[in-house]
Amino acid sequence: MLLLIPLLPLLGFLVNASFGRRVSKAAAGAVACGAMIGSFAVSLLSVVRLVRLEPEARAIVNQVFTWIASGDFRADFTLRLDPLSAVMILVITGIGSLIHIYSTAYMHEEVDSEYARYFSYLNLFAAFMLVLVLGANFLIMFVGWEGVGLCSYLLIGFWFQKKSASDAGKKAFIVNRIGDWGFVLGLLLAFVRFGTIDFQDIAGAVAPMAPEAGFGTISAITLLLFVGATGKSAQIPLYVWLPDAMEGPTPVSALIHAATMVTAGVYMIGRNAVLFSHAPTTLLVVAVIGTVTALMAGTIGLVQNDIKRVLAYSTVSQLGYMFLAMGVGAYAAGIFHLYTHAFFKALLFLGSGAVIHALAGEQDLRRMGGLRSELPITYWTFLIGSIAIAGVPGLAGFFSKDEILFRTFASGHTILWVVGLLTSLLTAIYMFRLVFLAFHGTRAPQPVKPAHPEEEEPAAHHVAGDDAAAGTQASQSPVPTHQAHPAHPSHGAHGGSAHLHDAPPAMALALIVLAVGSVVAGYVGLPGILGGGDWFARFLEPAFGVHPAEEAVAEHGLELTLMLVSSLVAVAGIGIAAYFFLKNRHAADRLADQFAGPRRLLENKYYVDEIYDAAIVQPIRITSESGLWRVVDARIIDGAVNGVAEVVGGASDRLRRIQTGSVRAYAASLFLGVVLILGYYLWP
Amino acid sequence: MIPLNYYLILSAVLFAIGTAGVFVRRNLITILLSIEIMLNAVNLTFVAFGRALGSADGQIIVFFVMTVAAAEAAVGLAIVIALFRHRESLNPESFASLKW
Repeated sequence: MLLLIPLLPLLGFLVNASFGRRVSKAAAGAVACGAMIGSFAVSLLSVVRLVRLEPEARAIVNQVFTWIASGDFRADFTLRLDPLSAVMILVITGIGSLIHIYSTAYMHEEVDSEYARYFSYLNLFAAFMLVLVLGANFLIMFVGWEGVGLCSYLLIGFWFQKKSASDAGKKAFIVNRIGDWGFVLGLLLAFVRFGTIDFQDIAGAVAPMAPEAGFGTISAITLLLFVGATGKSAQIPLYVWLPDAMEGPTPVSALIHAATMVTAGVYMIGRNAVLFSHAPTTLLVVAVIGTVTALMAGTIGLVQNDIKRVLAYSTVSQLGYMFLAMGVGAYAAGIFHLYTHAFFKALLFLGSGAVIHALAGEQDLRRMGGLRSELPITYWTFLIGSIAIAGVPGLAGFFSKDEILFRTFASGHTILWVVGLLTSLLTAIYMFRLVFLAFHGTRAPQPVKPAHPEEEEPAAHHVAGDDAAAGTQASQSPVPTHQAHPAHPSHGAHGGSAHLHDAPPAMALALIVLAVGSVVAGYVGLPGILGGGDWFARFLEPAFGVHPAEEAVAEHGLELTLMLVSSLVAVAGIGIAAYFFLKNRHAADRLADQFAGPRRLLENKYYVDEIYDAAIVQPIRITSESGLWRVVDARIIDGAVNGVAEVVGGASDRLRRIQTGSVRAYAASLFLGVVLILGYYLWP
Repeated sequence: MIPLNYYLILSAVLFAIGTAGVFVRRNLITILLSIEIMLNAVNLTFVAFGRALGSADGQIIVFFVMTVAAAEAAVGLAIVIALFRHRESLNPESFASLKW
């Protein structure tokens, strides 16, 4: 039964990949959505079965077949459902289904074959993601891990005719490979150390040990695994691919680059909670990197002008929170935030997709504004998502974020707590800056003059250029070229006075369901102090196999105070955003002019891309080009091959003179040969 | 009875004459004739040894050699005729175009 969960999307992929181009969009979309919804139904049934079991014995194992058995090494294709993977499969199939439904409307402008290609990738992604979270050992997880990376690459570069999109796809893939390298090394080291790659067996082997005091094998294993997590989950230093990944279609950003795939690293740490708990050094690294990433991405998010990029940095920032939680040992809080974040971040991305869809591909915040009255459904759902992510009490984000901050404080990491709180403030500010810029005020009819022309977001220009290019191509050849963006021609020019359409029914459905989720999802983890039972954490606890010791120690008064502080911070952030971007935009401009230096630093994303380019990409390129290519390849390798050919050619040139064509000469040499051989044998 | 050595000496002389003919003469037909002489020198050796050792094997081999020699003569002459039609010449040096 568990096998059916990843198998259904895989079947959907196969059907759409094989026949998708020959059937209508409705059929391709129905197959894809049907596969996801079917998978969701099976997941629900499985989780119900799981919940009926005794809390300590909550696990459903489905050993499908033995994949590799070689000497001591044994890897079974085994799927295992426990509370942790149960949460994950519900998020993946549930939110995945909604995003599939949303996509049927969002991608409607594509031609039939592209539409089917899109949905086949999306289904393939879901299948791999489900394998990732259901796999019972490192190798199966790695299969999913690589598979989602592949689908991420395919979907970021979905509009591959646009150079920035195919570049972004390559960047994502290559940066992820660096992380995967760490993951594979961690996997191998774990096998060498424990002789098994099964999660349960490793946890069982580690549990009786004492936590490593210094830096030992377990620290090395976990640190290498964390390198993999930084790649997949976009943490420092490998986060650079995620903002660029926004070149993909917006539903893809929602599903892969916000709700599911990027959380794989968090899930992996949760899955190996016992292992990580025995490596305090690694945990500290995880917590610090998570916090620094959260703060850094939050500050960058403050000044970005591309609606999707703001959300991308927000995602990086929120993922940082999850790693902070993992790093301080609050595994349940981290997974809880993963789960609530999936709702409101998917909602925000889908909302931004609805805005982009309505504005014919416009992504620049400075050219939006006043959409509140024109796109009411989008506005209200987006607002709910923003409130949820900002951490206003009562909505999903509050419970999970507060839980993380509380656990951080309770575990004694005061500095990390302060930084986390600051990030929380930033989150509220940049999210409401986004809301106020996009939905309030008035829309600028003309493109605003960029303060820094070189930093002007190229997305909008690409759209115009590519549309024009597509148009000329279409006029030259009857072959339909798909548009660079799902822009409907009737939507008119950027910022024109044309009537804007609010989200079509399929999109509105997804938005509304996710908005409801963003409000209520947090209540499953209602902390005891607010009258809840903290059911979420208790449900997950057996899956981690780690019992937080300080839980009983926590004082209720402290918890309430901290809760109040983080609520105040959230409200303050919204207030600040309201002042600068709603009431008094000149103040914002003045402030920006006063701090021109830091502003440029932020607008250029701390120049991290440039630093990586100068420190890593260019040296590699130069060594490869002038060293490996022109010297090693052209001179040494080609030289050896060509040299052999030349020696043989030159020798043959002389040797072939023997072939004179004279029969008598041949006869003479034959005779001479016979005489010589006979003479040799007959000579006494 | 004539001693074996005499036969062998005669055979060697014939073989040497044949070989010299092959190298010295510039007429393809003469060369073919020289080859026949060489073959018959060998035949003579076979028969002489067969007689000396009291065995029939030498004679049997000679029959084979004669058969093959007949076939060789037929094929060789046919080739010579074909070559002659082509070049109006029987000099082997005029057929040296099959080279590098």
